[in-house]
Amino acid sequence: MFKDSFKKVSITASAMIIFSLVASAALSISYFLTKTPIEESDARAKRMFLNQVVPSNLYDNNLVKDTISVEPNPLIGNKKNIDIYRAKKNNQVIAVIIETIAPDGYSGEIKTLVGVDQKDKILGVRVITHKETPGLGDYIEVDKSHWIKNFNLKSLDETGEKEWAVKKDGGDFDYVSGATITSRAVIKSTYKSLLYVKENKKRLFAS
Amino acid sequence: MSDIKKIAVDGLWKQNPGLVQLLGLCPTLAVTTSVVNGLSLGIATALVMALSNGSISPIRKFVPTEIRVPVFILIIAALVTIIDFSIHAFIEPLYKALGIFIPLIVTNCIVLARVESFAAKNETVPSFFDGLYMGLGLAMVLAVLGALREIFGKGTLLSGIDLIFGSSASNLVIHFFSDYQGFLLAILPPGAFISLACLIALKNHIEAR
Repeated sequence: MFKDSFKKVSITASAMIIFSLVASAALSISYFLTKTPIEESDARAKRMFLNQVVPSNLYDNNLVKDTISVEPNPLIGNKKNIDIYRAKKNNQVIAVIIETIAPDGYSGEIKTLVGVDQKDKILGVRVITHKETPGLGDYIEVDKSHWIKNFNLKSLDETGEKEWAVKKDGGDFDYVSGATITSRAVIKSTYKSLLYVKENKKRLFAS
Repeated sequence: MSDIKKIAVDGLWKQNPGLVQLLGLCPTLAVTTSVVNGLSLGIATALVMALSNGSISPIRKFVPTEIRVPVFILIIAALVTIIDFSIHAFIEPLYKALGIFIPLIVTNCIVLARVESFAAKNETVPSFFDGLYMGLGLAMVLAVLGALREIFGKGTLLSGIDLIFGSSASNLVIHFFSDYQGFLLAILPPGAFISLACLIALKNHIEAR
């Protein structure tokens, strides 16, 4: 009796293990096959957004090449060193573009590019990748709504700490009901990247 | 051949997943705020359903009954992830439009329902077509629902089509009323329930005649 059920359980368990192994193998193969093309496609998307975050008529250097590597910092949420892009005109840094990660989106991380000029004003913010609910939380994409343009020209001086919040929480920013978490995450990460620029001003804007 | 035809009629009309089986309601109701959204998710779902039915049917005899549901979910999730990777890597414009919908498909119970009730009991070819037609049936409902909610909610049709076909397609967007203020109820979740109820009522009315 015991032997029978033990045999049955072992067969079932090994079947589950085999199916899991096959599925994992298929996943890792397709992950490795698609890794490089995915990185290339993300890099293309990022280049397109770089020009939306800092208008290309403001600078005359090759933005993609002119970067400084910065170490992990909770204000911008990077876990390993990342590059910060610097827009220069006549060899003066006029703006920096920071890639920030908001860890607290509704479903996972929201990656954005934040362009900040030398007067600490935001030139533009764009969402590069996110996993928010389609049709609900995706209004943070510039293709879906103009919400993200609310950040243009905002700064720490003119917008106090408490105003960096959605209107429901007593702040300055609109939100979409049912998807407040999404806007909270983006507002918070944008605010923190401004703090980061302020703290590292000298280093980021050194010519 | 008549088998496939019966499967098609079941999927598209008689057993329509959106109107009769009422499965997969969460994405149905959440995403159908516009025709483009609804149809995009619908087509992606149909693709996943056809592939998951088609790949689970040939191995159905090797899956012990006790663990069939976890195994099916495992296969569906792996398939969806592989499709997600491939679209991201090789069809960039489509990924921009559809990308965020694709992971949602795993949670759609219609996929598991068709695997469990059809692919686990039938041969590979009919299973594939069952998944395909059930998926297309759902896509149809999503598109009509999206159209209704978009017309009443925003006064437009086909908004967002430029995300799929490039910015030149943006003049395909139809504006029904100039200066339409919008009807928020149609866009919010209750509007989705009400529109779906109207569609189901319409289908039942047609059937009853």
